[in-house]
Amino acid sequence: MIQPDFSPTSALLGGAMIGTASALTWWLVDKVPGVSGIVGRILQARAGDTAWRALFVVGLLGGAALAFWLRPATARFTAAPSLGVAVAAGLLVGFGSRLGGGCTSGHGVCGIGRGSGRSIVATLVFMLAGFATVLVARHLLGGAA
Amino acid sequence: MRRSLVLVAGAVFGAGLAVAGMTDPARIVGFLDIAGTWDPTLALVMGGALAAFAATHRALAGGGGGAPVGPVWASAALALRDRRLLIGMVMFGAGWGLGGMCPGPAIANLIEGHGAVLAFVPAMLVGMLIAQRGFGADSST
Repeated sequence: MIQPDFSPTSALLGGAMIGTASALTWWLVDKVPGVSGIVGRILQARAGDTAWRALFVVGLLGGAALAFWLRPATARFTAAPSLGVAVAAGLLVGFGSRLGGGCTSGHGVCGIGRGSGRSIVATLVFMLAGFATVLVARHLLGGAA
Repeated sequence: MRRSLVLVAGAVFGAGLAVAGMTDPARIVGFLDIAGTWDPTLALVMGGALAAFAATHRALAGGGGGAPVGPVWASAALALRDRRLLIGMVMFGAGWGLGGMCPGPAIANLIEGHGAVLAFVPAMLVGMLIAQRGFGADSST
């Protein structure tokens, strides 16, 4: 059964914005701009390599804030994890993305966009892990997540 | 300075995440929920993103530019033997499925200040620090 309230135009438009911004950033700074790498390297605070990353994050926050404000439907936040699950999920996402060298934007958009076989593999792996996790959490363990 | 345009790029990215519905965990979990009511949103978002990425890259770099990534199958074969990549991506995917958020949407959601996000983001930063400092993870795609 397909989710009834899905909007193909918003999905495509939002996706196009994400893709355009990613390619633009790549062109501007000559680094592959996945969010996990951008944030992770802010934490490393290397001279000469941190300012643009901070600018990107500030921009991200501003753009999201503007969208939430102009189109309140975009601020919808449902199926939120419990606090304990959120902490576990955050640890896994943070650790895993840095260990594996990317995330949905880094591998999924930029990596695949560049034609990287490595990123194709990475994306397939995290997708499968995601499918399996939701299957177990929602259907086998009774849906606490 | 040209680099400061990154602020604008970031804003388009953040707004794009919101417009695409990627900031709503229900959309992510709904896409990953292959046994339940399936939400195709993320598939379309990825499709739109990849198409726009390719078009923008071509327009800006004229088809060239960026470090060459080499033959697809060669780097894919290497990746399948890269334990850090595989383990990292399994962990990432598991966290993504549990929380319904990945780094970009999680940070964007700080704007609204939901409790789950305020728990997720610091944990994510801690996870990154542990990987970087404890395991020497310093790679990018």
